[in-house]
Amino acid sequence: MASTTPTQIDTAPPVAKSGRSTGRAGDKIFAGLSKGSGILLLVIMASIAAFLTYRATIALSENEGNFLTTFDWNASANPPVFGIAVLLFGTVVSSIIAMAIAVPIAVGIALFISHYAPRRLAAPIAYVVDLLAAVPSIIYGIWGALFLVPQLNGLNLWLDEYLGWTYVFDKTQVGVARSLFTVGILLAIMILPIVTSVSREVFLQVPRMNEEAALALGATRWEVIRMSVLPFGRSGVISASMLGLGRALGETMAVATVLSPSFLISGHILNPGGGTFAQNIAAKFDEANEFGRDALIASGLVLFLLTLLVNGAARLIIARRKDFSGANA
Amino acid sequence: MKLQRKNMLRASALGALVVSGALVLTACGSDDNTKTGDGASKAAAPAAGDIKCDGAKGKLLASGSSAQKNAVELWIKNYMAACSGVEVNYKSSSSGEGIVAFNQGTVGFAGSDSALKPEQIEESKKICTGGQGIDLPMVGGPVALGFNVAGVDKLNLDAATIANIFNDKIKKWDDEAIKKLNPGVTLPSTAIQAFHRSDDSGTTENVTKYLKAAAPDAWPHEAAKKWAAPGGQAASGSAGVAAQVKQVDGAIGYFELSFASAQGIKTVDLNTGAAAPVAATGENASKAIAAAKVSGTGSDLALKLDYTTKAEGAYPLVLVTYEIVCDKGNKADTLPTVKSFLSYAASDAGQKVLLENGYAPIPAEINAKVRETINSLG
Repeated sequence: MASTTPTQIDTAPPVAKSGRSTGRAGDKIFAGLSKGSGILLLVIMASIAAFLTYRATIALSENEGNFLTTFDWNASANPPVFGIAVLLFGTVVSSIIAMAIAVPIAVGIALFISHYAPRRLAAPIAYVVDLLAAVPSIIYGIWGALFLVPQLNGLNLWLDEYLGWTYVFDKTQVGVARSLFTVGILLAIMILPIVTSVSREVFLQVPRMNEEAALALGATRWEVIRMSVLPFGRSGVISASMLGLGRALGETMAVATVLSPSFLISGHILNPGGGTFAQNIAAKFDEANEFGRDALIASGLVLFLLTLLVNGAARLIIARRKDFSGANA
Repeated sequence: MKLQRKNMLRASALGALVVSGALVLTACGSDDNTKTGDGASKAAAPAAGDIKCDGAKGKLLASGSSAQKNAVELWIKNYMAACSGVEVNYKSSSSGEGIVAFNQGTVGFAGSDSALKPEQIEESKKICTGGQGIDLPMVGGPVALGFNVAGVDKLNLDAATIANIFNDKIKKWDDEAIKKLNPGVTLPSTAIQAFHRSDDSGTTENVTKYLKAAAPDAWPHEAAKKWAAPGGQAASGSAGVAAQVKQVDGAIGYFELSFASAQGIKTVDLNTGAAAPVAATGENASKAIAAAKVSGTGSDLALKLDYTTKAEGAYPLVLVTYEIVCDKGNKADTLPTVKSFLSYAASDAGQKVLLENGYAPIPAEINAKVRETINSLG
């Protein structure tokens, strides 16, 4: 989608010019309104950042532990001791698992809808995938806790038995599948619709000429996809994945419902335990005192920065790819 | 156009499916704890004579511990039926929140699982003109250890074994230590999955106090609201722990008895050193609370529980929750209502409601002091 914006901007000026003749007042009001909306957005972002930073500094100045390395969260105690190491680890690991599962499936669904499925089938499938996005996250959480967790016990045992030698899939602690791995699967389902629908839009915009040229050269359908569709859509798929990653990083209720929280870092992703930023905030906010809330806000600031970083990285990748896909367009 | 309409139809059918599926799931999720409520409606609808409404009027706000929520709600129901024109409203949050609200002067009384700390008493003097906040023990209850082991209906454990289970030292149900306490019971070799509370909780504090007192060698951790032992799995709230125990084979967890009885979870009998292991019932808990000593000074009736009692039929893993009021300097407009409501709660009729609903009444000797103190509130 992002790759198509430049072409739209190119065609915009003539429309604006013809609009100018209808009257100055309307033009000015509209310009003011749109400028105002833009500024409002910046003000909101800035005030969120300022609020987070202000409250976070209060918390950090009193922290008796190391904010980056302490494996504990005792912010309402006296003296307060808390650190984000476990939360950062859990957030990143569960999101990586989610991306590793969701992105290939989403690209597959998007290609199926855009290039393989008969039109009669494509529309309903697209609709069902979009419908997944309309399910509230607490519903995913309840479904995950009551249905997915018991069902995954068998898979966990299988992974432990046959892939246990990889360390990652070695289940060293007894317990039901309320683990980061399960959270990753749940998050994958939750981000599937957004990654799919954005990728689908991008794939649909591949110039017909490119595809037909490839077909004319004798390429099979798979080769067409490999040589013209995927290169054209790459930046779009990346930005779609980043949108999905943003949701996975910040997902709260579903994670809080499924995970068995603990303040331990373990590379064995099948072991119950761990935590994420959003889950920790949701779980601790109710019983935190004034200072405890400041500490939670400090962890929120880290999540905010992490999301900014991810989005920034995505923009960089897209910017570097733009010339290439732009040339094709 | 036609195609679109078809899609819409299809989508709405799917939507309906998803929604109804979700409803079914949530129905499974909301673990119904209202059984106690049913019991109440059948139980003592007290003769109006038990409740003296004298002077009570208007609206009384209270807030605090969720452990005594069911009990307080039953009292309120009976009380408001007897005294027309009075409204009592108990907001069930947490003990900490209740005390904060009390010390800010926004509630008539607070409910708490633990007695006021010295600094909280100091703070309360601002609100209670000429007096201070005091603890009135009003509701007792057993903390049950619920278990789910296929094929096992009855299980006896002692404090040291429980400590080792929650400490991750005993890992299988057919461990020698458990076998020895349960002669004649066939125990499976299922792995033990111990569940504790992920949130700070008065229940956790009472369980760890018990383990610390009754099995100091096996339980090296300090008693606190936050779970300190490594290992095990966590769930949020008593309802969350109970749901996991219900769901998982090989599980054991702790929660107030009402959660176990509401969901049909089997509970552990404690081997206290008495002749026979003691079951978790309101009556047995009451016997253990009888061994408690008043540790508060003046009109403060904070209790010190005896967790190591070996008395016959006394279940020592108990929780006592307090109502917190000012001894002098209660707000004039709510004082009559507070006195009249708490008098009913402490009366024979009020305490009887507890026993019928899985809670433990406060023993007569201590209860007499509570009544005396309520009468002298100013």
